[in-house]
Amino acid sequence: MNAILALENGTWFQGVSAGAPGETAGEVVFNTSMTGYQEILTDPSYAGQIVTMTAPQIGNYGVASADTESSKPQVAGFVMRDASPISSNWRATGTLRGYLVRHNIVAIGDVDTRALTRALRSSGVMRGVIATGSVAPAELVERARRVPHMAGSDLVKDVTTAEAYDFETSLADAVTGSSFGLAPLRRAQRTLKVAAYDYGIKTNILRRLAAHNCQVRVFPASTPASEVLAWEPDGIFLSNGPGDPAAVTYAVDNVRQLIDADVPMFGICLGHQLMGLAMGAKTFKLKFGHRGANHPVKQLETGAIEITSQNHGFSVDPETLPDTARVTHLNLYDGTIEGLRHISKPIFSVQYHPEASPGPHDADYLFQEFLDEMEKK
Amino acid sequence: MPKRTDIKRVLVIGSGPIVIGQACEFDYSGTQACKALRSEGLEVILVNSNPATIMTDPELADRTYVEPLTPEVLEKIIAIEQPDAILPTVGGQTALNLAVQLDALGILKKYNVALIGASIPAIKVAEDRLLFRDAMTEIGIAVPASGVAKTLDEALEMVAQTGFPSIIRPSFTMGGVGGGIAYNLEEFKEIAGRGLHMSPVHEILVEESVIGWKEFELEVMRDAADNFVVICSIENIDPMGVHTGDSITVAPALTLTDKEYQRMRDAGRRIIRRVGVETGGSNIQFAINPDDGRMVAIEMNPRVSRSSALASKATGFPIAKIAAKLALGYHLDEIPNDITRVTPASFEPAIDYVVVKFPRWNFEKFPQADRTLTTQMKSVGEAMAIGRTFKEAFLKGVRSLELGKEGLLFRRPQMDEKEEDAGSSEDEDTELRRLLVIPTDRRMWALFRALDKGWEIEKIHELTNIDPWFLQQFKELVELRKTAEMIGLRDMSYDLMRTLKRAGFGDGELADILGVNESAVREKRNELKVKPAFKRIDTCAAEFESFTPYMYSTFEDECEADPTDQQKVIILGSGPNRIGQGIEFDYCCCHAVFGFKKEGFETVMVNCNPETVSTDYDTADRLYFEPLTFEDVMAIVEREREGNVDVSCVVQFGGQTPLKLALGLQAAGVTILGTSPDSIDLAEDRRRFTELLWDLGIPQPSSGTATSRAEAREVAAKVGFPVVVRPSYVLGGRAMAIVYDVTTLDRYMISAVDVSHDRPILIDRFLEHAKEVDVDCVADESGAVVIGGIMEHIEEAGIHSGDSSCVVPPPGLGDRHLATIRDYTRRIAKALKVIGLMNTQYAIKDDTVYVLEVNPRASRTVPYLSKANGLPLAQIAARVMAGKSLAELGITDDMTPAGVFVKSPVFPFVRFPGVDTILGPEMKSTGEVMGGADSFGMAFVKAMLGAGQRLPEEGSVCISVNNEDKGEVLPIAKGFAELGFQIIGTRGTAAYLRANGVDCSVVFKVNEGRPSLADEIVNRKISLVVNTPHGRESFFDDKAVRRAAMMAGVPCITTITGAAAALEAIRALRTEGLEVRALQDYYAAVASS
Repeated sequence: MNAILALENGTWFQGVSAGAPGETAGEVVFNTSMTGYQEILTDPSYAGQIVTMTAPQIGNYGVASADTESSKPQVAGFVMRDASPISSNWRATGTLRGYLVRHNIVAIGDVDTRALTRALRSSGVMRGVIATGSVAPAELVERARRVPHMAGSDLVKDVTTAEAYDFETSLADAVTGSSFGLAPLRRAQRTLKVAAYDYGIKTNILRRLAAHNCQVRVFPASTPASEVLAWEPDGIFLSNGPGDPAAVTYAVDNVRQLIDADVPMFGICLGHQLMGLAMGAKTFKLKFGHRGANHPVKQLETGAIEITSQNHGFSVDPETLPDTARVTHLNLYDGTIEGLRHISKPIFSVQYHPEASPGPHDADYLFQEFLDEMEKK
Repeated sequence: MPKRTDIKRVLVIGSGPIVIGQACEFDYSGTQACKALRSEGLEVILVNSNPATIMTDPELADRTYVEPLTPEVLEKIIAIEQPDAILPTVGGQTALNLAVQLDALGILKKYNVALIGASIPAIKVAEDRLLFRDAMTEIGIAVPASGVAKTLDEALEMVAQTGFPSIIRPSFTMGGVGGGIAYNLEEFKEIAGRGLHMSPVHEILVEESVIGWKEFELEVMRDAADNFVVICSIENIDPMGVHTGDSITVAPALTLTDKEYQRMRDAGRRIIRRVGVETGGSNIQFAINPDDGRMVAIEMNPRVSRSSALASKATGFPIAKIAAKLALGYHLDEIPNDITRVTPASFEPAIDYVVVKFPRWNFEKFPQADRTLTTQMKSVGEAMAIGRTFKEAFLKGVRSLELGKEGLLFRRPQMDEKEEDAGSSEDEDTELRRLLVIPTDRRMWALFRALDKGWEIEKIHELTNIDPWFLQQFKELVELRKTAEMIGLRDMSYDLMRTLKRAGFGDGELADILGVNESAVREKRNELKVKPAFKRIDTCAAEFESFTPYMYSTFEDECEADPTDQQKVIILGSGPNRIGQGIEFDYCCCHAVFGFKKEGFETVMVNCNPETVSTDYDTADRLYFEPLTFEDVMAIVEREREGNVDVSCVVQFGGQTPLKLALGLQAAGVTILGTSPDSIDLAEDRRRFTELLWDLGIPQPSSGTATSRAEAREVAAKVGFPVVVRPSYVLGGRAMAIVYDVTTLDRYMISAVDVSHDRPILIDRFLEHAKEVDVDCVADESGAVVIGGIMEHIEEAGIHSGDSSCVVPPPGLGDRHLATIRDYTRRIAKALKVIGLMNTQYAIKDDTVYVLEVNPRASRTVPYLSKANGLPLAQIAARVMAGKSLAELGITDDMTPAGVFVKSPVFPFVRFPGVDTILGPEMKSTGEVMGGADSFGMAFVKAMLGAGQRLPEEGSVCISVNNEDKGEVLPIAKGFAELGFQIIGTRGTAAYLRANGVDCSVVFKVNEGRPSLADEIVNRKISLVVNTPHGRESFFDDKAVRRAAMMAGVPCITTITGAAAALEAIRALRTEGLEVRALQDYYAAVASS
């Protein structure tokens, strides 16, 4: 079946349907990871986005239950160059196509994804629509232009958990039990209680914390700070998530209160941006974001380079950084802030994804640093 | 972190001659390293015995030594040059082994030289299989169960534990030489014995088999601050059991989940750290059990490698260049990425295309060789292809191999002769199954045949262990082929044509499938407006702008070629290495680029060989990594023309590959620069060429052409036996033979490949015992001709010029003959209106100079002459083709060498058990070395030493020659006796020598009794063998002797002239002693005299 991807700038790409039939809309972004399409599909930070994979052969190893980052695919749509009709891996439980259809994700294949990526790179991310079947491209372009902008949108409310819950460590074992998980450098001396705000949390963050002997309770994004503190956590974790951080004002308010509470706090991605906002900085939208598994980040204290997994469209503006925050990590591609630390409190955050999944494990040490801060208390 | 300040002078060790397992990838990496080091202000001293390399161009280093790569030679160079450091990681296993030897001999310490790039302990951990295994165990990385043995008994104990099949890997050998897979005890004893013998430390690893597991490689880099990046992952389509050099490979890895890939990456980081490679690149191989994901580390190379060259070309990340900078102390984030300019080298390339590497074998040259692919590499070259999908890259890869019609995947595979009669489908199934189970160079063709017959993926997977994902891709190709065949060309829709082209089908392949001419496919495709676009290789999957026009074609919508409106020239490269067309032609192509650049042209390179300097994005202004077919080249021409300028092509430098395209390109309206394709054709067309020589009054051995057995007999009767027979348009003497009688002639004509009226078999009278001479010259548009060199062959006519040793200046030619040769050369060049290079071969017999062959193009000897003369012949030729006259370039006199230089060939026989090492008109050597000195003898010693043949200074010489040679061998035997050598002869030879006053003992021939000559060679009782063929009866005896000598490393000389040269060389060795001299010093001495 034919499919079309239309962009707000009036261009459109002819392809073939590679997932569920129908129509979908969102912000079109590209990801340069060469592995890990299933982790990307299920990362809640992609809510509202149509993700283009720049790697051309997608779906080769099918899908497996242990490779999910949330309960289901979260992307608004999926764009590929060549989708595999079969799955080939000993762990695979089905094909990618079957998975997309089952979860009603509209996807398009056979697209010149490099041309699309170049367009997104030069004019910035764009709104777009994918539709399958016989559709008029011009009409789709019009529809793309009516898609709400990402800036100013609170998408967290759509992906956060409705109720608080305790993360089951058996889930962690599903992956770390095999030889795939990175062994923790060390486990905590005692069971540490971590309160994790779910703005769209990736499961592997929970798996990593659990692997370090943390008892993790996951809280809805809107949970008041007081309620979280009432649980008496050893540390607070601010998760990744989709959309514009500045639009999630309730979360910023809560983080501000938590900073004052003096509990060790660790933020990743959206959590990092919220921490920046809470400390008084501003965020801005990047032209086409950072999405991939190869971005070099420099740890300023040691000079060490980490190859990082990234997925964000917004960034903390260094010009607006308050005196209480210190930049700890920089992106070597474009010099944007990748890590922040409070100058006097056990609070730090990174823009990228130390939990990887997909991507390199270079930054896994950050979980240990979080552990250290909690154990100091 | 600024670069190290304690290092000012660095010695870079090259990899020596091209051999199987070590080819021009090390010229590419060494050249990059030299450039990188000099750009940092360091003085570079280079040593490499291979003159056909860009790295040995005198401009590339401050001091260039084309000298044998042995510890004693290196010590002499170190003593003279006093380098602060040695970089041993860009010259393959050869350089690494030399570094270890220099350390063991205390030379590094004695001269206070540091190793950079890899330390001795790191090399030892990586190379010593036991140390490696223990190191892996220490860091918790699984390895196959294994044990190290130093004797056969130990090996047998090991295999009792590790079981069969058993992998045998000798320590410290390159490309898996001497290794193998044993399926039973007998086989094990044989392979283990050979391995123990061939390992320089007489040690083998006996390893648990992981045959059939998926095989992967990571190309990784680490800097002094412990930063680590993976440049590229490579997946072998052929699973474990086939050497990675013989595997079809794909980048990036396509069947790994992120979990599996990251686990491998973590292991890679731990391995490079534990092995202790502080700076630079390494290659790490892994195997994964497809059933449960179990991963084991197989091996690690602490240096740049063939795979790293592939990874560099596949990603645009120049590993060797970066490795050289890291060795100086730079950190990855301090080095910019050339392609994006704005980002640093501390990242991991993201690829938005698929790269397929296909090995190129040359088994047709070694009919007795075992074609089974094992852990010992057998391919002689490779082609790389890039496409947006696996299918596209795969089919482009197949057509890059230039296998002709036989190479088309959808043809029936060639069965062994006995099977061809069988016919029944049951027999064919049995045969197919065998071809799938036992990997050979033809397995992929069998696989397509099986798919064509409808075999299921599961079944083929069971037989081959190839991952089902790849099999699915192949199946889709077969289905597309069937659809195309069913629809036919006339009814082909835009959609189907586009789908076929997007899947990688070439016009030629489609023509074959559809039963039409290629031009018909092309017309239809143009009519349907299905045209390729060009995409850029940018290291970052389009995330950043690319400033480097490094491109590949694909059938996509957007084209990024962005041609300029500058005056431009397209240089067509030489494709995958093969015997007869190797690095020499890539060297010439690079110099063509340099020459045209100097003349203000924008240079555009087209080639598909990932090992080469020509496919470095730094060499030409624009690089198209594409197959060298009419279709692919025309697509580039058409796209480049969009810059609204005329686009010319250059076909003279890349050997036979571009020449084959010349006429077609010209017919399509493309300007061919230099000598016209018509002249090239005239020289190849035996009738036209004979007429020309007749008109010029230049003698030629009588000759004729034949397309049938009857015609051949007729011609042979006219010219008289013996005759030389060969097909037209071949390089490296493919299928060339000397025929002494009618029966053999008949057999030749029946089995000859590719005979047609356009391409008849050429039959020349063979001049026995003639002296052979090669001449290279350059001519300009005004008719000026300058001779680059007159090279005298050391072996007599009848041995392919590529397999002969030769020398400049010619010691054995009189002035009269030299004058004749010069005169003929000039007249032929003028008659052919040569603009550029021309190679002429002459034979001198009975005081007459005959022309054997003329090739108006770059020849194999051009780089050697360039080094000997100190003038870049190919570059001069390119500038002449660009319109300059030789006078304008200041080249008016015939060139003269700056010393005495001998070129010697290097052969791959050691890899092909059972193959005779005798030389003939069909070329068999893979590479060459050069030796220079003031005297012929010394230059020959060095050339032999460079080629791995250490001539003895004392000991015993065994002489066994045929009756005809007995008279000529006498003075040689006397000479050896005078030098104090003990003379041993086989019965007939000994009797003759004794009768003529040479004191000589007798040894049995192989079939006469024991201990035979072969036994005595193995027992090290003989230090030199002179053995000329005795004719058919004793063929097997001779062969056994020659092989025994080769395996024992005893020089075996098979011609009388060669024996005379060896005698002179040994005499020189004893009187002069071996000295080294930089090329720059040779040239300076000439300039000042």
